[in-house]
Amino acid sequence: MAEKPLDVIIATDCGSTTTKAILIERKGDVYRQTFRGESPTTVEAPFEDVTRGVLNSIQEVEELSGRRILDGERIITPNDGGKTGVDIYVSTSSAGGGLQMMVAGAVKAMTGESAQRCALGGGAIVMDVLASNDGRHGHEKIERIRQLRPDMILLSGGTDGGTVTHVVELAEYVSAADPKPRLGIGYKLPIIYAGNVGARSEIQRILGEKAALTVTDNIRPTLERENLMPARHKIHDLFLEHVMAQAPGYKKLMSWTGAPILPTPAAVGSIMETIAKRQGITVLGADIGGATTDVFSVFQGIFNRTVSANLGMSYSISNVLAEAGLANIMRWVPFDVDEGDLRNRIKNKMIRPTTVPQTLDELQIEQAICREALRLALDQHKLLAVGLKGIQQERGIADAFDQTATGQTLIRMEDLDLIVGSGGILSHAPRRMQSMVMMVDAYQPLGVTRLAVDSIFMMPHLGVLATVNEKAAMDVFERDCMVYLGDCVAAAGTGRSGESCMTYEVTASDGSRHEGSLPFGALKMLPLAEGLTAKGVFKPAKGFDCGAGRGKPMEADLRGGAAGLLLDGRGRPLVLPDSKAERVAALQKWASAVGLYPA
Amino acid sequence: MAHTYTPGLRVTDRAVLRKRRLLPLQGTVRVAVGDAVKAESVVASTDLPGKVHTVNVVNALGIAANEIKTFMLKREGDPVAVDEALAENKPLLKWFKTAVKSPVAGKIENISEVTGQVLLREPPRALELRAYVDGTIVEVMAREGVVVETEASFVQGIFGIGGEQVGEIARACERPDEDLTPEKLKPEHRDKIVFGGAYVPSATLTRAREIGVRGIVVGGFDDSDLRAILGYDLGVAITGTENVGFTLILTEGFGRIAMAKRTFDLLGSKVGCRASLSGATQIRAGVLRPEIVIPLGAGETNAARPPAGEREGLKPGDPIRLIRAPYFGRLAKVRSLPPELTSIATESPVRVLEAEFSDGASAVVPRANVEIIES
Repeated sequence: MAEKPLDVIIATDCGSTTTKAILIERKGDVYRQTFRGESPTTVEAPFEDVTRGVLNSIQEVEELSGRRILDGERIITPNDGGKTGVDIYVSTSSAGGGLQMMVAGAVKAMTGESAQRCALGGGAIVMDVLASNDGRHGHEKIERIRQLRPDMILLSGGTDGGTVTHVVELAEYVSAADPKPRLGIGYKLPIIYAGNVGARSEIQRILGEKAALTVTDNIRPTLERENLMPARHKIHDLFLEHVMAQAPGYKKLMSWTGAPILPTPAAVGSIMETIAKRQGITVLGADIGGATTDVFSVFQGIFNRTVSANLGMSYSISNVLAEAGLANIMRWVPFDVDEGDLRNRIKNKMIRPTTVPQTLDELQIEQAICREALRLALDQHKLLAVGLKGIQQERGIADAFDQTATGQTLIRMEDLDLIVGSGGILSHAPRRMQSMVMMVDAYQPLGVTRLAVDSIFMMPHLGVLATVNEKAAMDVFERDCMVYLGDCVAAAGTGRSGESCMTYEVTASDGSRHEGSLPFGALKMLPLAEGLTAKGVFKPAKGFDCGAGRGKPMEADLRGGAAGLLLDGRGRPLVLPDSKAERVAALQKWASAVGLYPA
Repeated sequence: MAHTYTPGLRVTDRAVLRKRRLLPLQGTVRVAVGDAVKAESVVASTDLPGKVHTVNVVNALGIAANEIKTFMLKREGDPVAVDEALAENKPLLKWFKTAVKSPVAGKIENISEVTGQVLLREPPRALELRAYVDGTIVEVMAREGVVVETEASFVQGIFGIGGEQVGEIARACERPDEDLTPEKLKPEHRDKIVFGGAYVPSATLTRAREIGVRGIVVGGFDDSDLRAILGYDLGVAITGTENVGFTLILTEGFGRIAMAKRTFDLLGSKVGCRASLSGATQIRAGVLRPEIVIPLGAGETNAARPPAGEREGLKPGDPIRLIRAPYFGRLAKVRSLPPELTSIATESPVRVLEAEFSDGASAVVPRANVEIIES
């Protein structure tokens, strides 16, 4: 399809607390993001009309840019070639709690997991996964369905031509629960059936009257194949038709947009997938917000997304403490702090989520919690971003001593090329190096890995824009959205403190040169500014691996960034000293070595 | 530019409040517009569908699923009693007869010829929705609920646990910076809503439960005590359904923080008055704060103020509470609002204000770290 000729684009993301608008304009051959505005989201009382927040945020763009975009409550299209109008308006939304789904599959580790991946990739929060073998009694499942009040249910189960009993049983439970949708009292709950084709007539009989049933292709037609896209498209259709249409003001909003509104995480996932495909790289992305942390990955060409619904930096900050445990948070705090005091501080952030750290120690505590939230969210992501389970594998003689089970995680840090961080604590850290070290500590990348942050969280806008004009989205992504922090080179292995773990020779495109030896246990930052590239040669000591194998030298093309080139000699896995005094000393030494905090 | 969002907690001696009371499922509204109601009055009711139980008949009888109907003694829609036979096999010898009995009383909801399961539903459970506050019905949403209006003194807390309670206000501390220690709770505080000062230790909460106190309102308490009382670490601030024996409301936050004098004085002026309180707190999407509603008595109501209008944002002279370290809990007023971004100790560029304390000292703090004390 030919792309529409667009010169001026206005895009919004209606988040749960803030609606963010950006203006994108074509400058010569390339598109640039030029102005932004934001305003509180107005889905809740007293306004109960999402368009109010949208208009306010666009008004701010008007004031800053001098472009007239609104005529009362109408977006002026097309652009008149001067300073009036835009060519298209697009939007994403996660307001009102986003898209909340429940999924069901016959076997938890097979169709249950496929259904979960399908819904998550579609931008939903998965409230629960029902399965025939999930250990709950029938009445417990029914009670659970009734309590949760999801926006939508994805029902799957069985391979095509396989048994119908389990999926019909799940349908019977759903029917008995007779769940009501969260929004729109009196409306039927949308249910997508994407299971065994042989059970369709039974499913239609059981659920056809009670729910707004949509039937689509099986997400697991055979054990060896997952087919998520047809069901994912249905999720997006129903999101607009049923869920969004019930939310206050969305009918009006939908009439304004030049492309279907996407759930925010689906748009972010789409842009990440596009980047990975275009550049032929593996990507790990994390968007850490106040309430949730979304993790996206593209490994082996497979896109996965998970959302950790209760890991965040404000509303859910206490849950990070509950899940990680106090000791895991304390291990990143570079000073001594009383446990009771720390607990109270975290709870006070939870109940007053809009406050910001005002002292350095408060900032360091929040950044410690961020490391744990990122780590936990990645752990959860690794469990779902896996190969298909229960499939037949061909094994040769070479596998005799190395028989791996099916369903291994796809997330292999040694294969990772790019980490992209997003969310206030990463995008707005006072020093870029803080964002870089937080992500390195949490993810512990191996070998050479590039790191970046989303400057002002515009990936959702670009994700939806890519559906109408990919070039515009990619131009802005490369030039205005991504802030490259630099590369991290980490040596895997362990050794004695102070002994060399690798030597390095780095020659930058401006002619500068750095060489030396990195002691085990050290962190070092080499200056390599944004816009520069470099050739690096890293020779690991015996027992260490810089990405080319143990003891083997590694050559890499490096790219500069806002932080620089980080050499990480702390080993993998990164082990912090047990003693509090030694741990604090180590954290302070690392912080000082890379200029993490003001002196 | 949109002005800074500066949330504030309302503490007011007079306000017109409207409370929406909605059924979880459609039902019957039992009052009409204009009716005067007490907090305990039932305003609407509904029948919650009974629990569903599953009985796998085909497994029990060793038959095929598609044969199930020939072995059933009951049909869909039939009522059943506990231990009543649902199905039985047909052996040649009577001695070998096996019957599948109902584990509950209710009715047959579904008999499946695919899975061989029988779904039984218990009788519906009646749910009665109460008014929660003394007041007047001003709106009826057919089959869904009502809006109750009341003229009342109103105090919002910052965090609470426990559900709705009604009781008389009682004072347990003489000063807002005093701790609410266990010996300050007396047997006469049974069924009362007791307010204290800066801090409540866990021993006081234990005593409150023993005495039968309905509610405690206090400046602060420790998170470690919250964990002890709930039995788990509260991860996300969605509360209101805890069953700990009373409702607890913090007016300031976690730690030892003197209750704002204005809150303390207002509650002090209402000792002996009937109040409704709720600990329900929800900080995400549609903020809900715990509250104490003290309806005005006859003769007090005529001069009630109209509902507060929309705030304009901060301005010099506004009374504020500082809500983040290092000034957490201190009260001040706005001295100035510099428009430019200012780099604070963390090196973050933020919008700030200059706060002036009662002793004349001042401090520059991020605007995000203050809240207006609203009236």
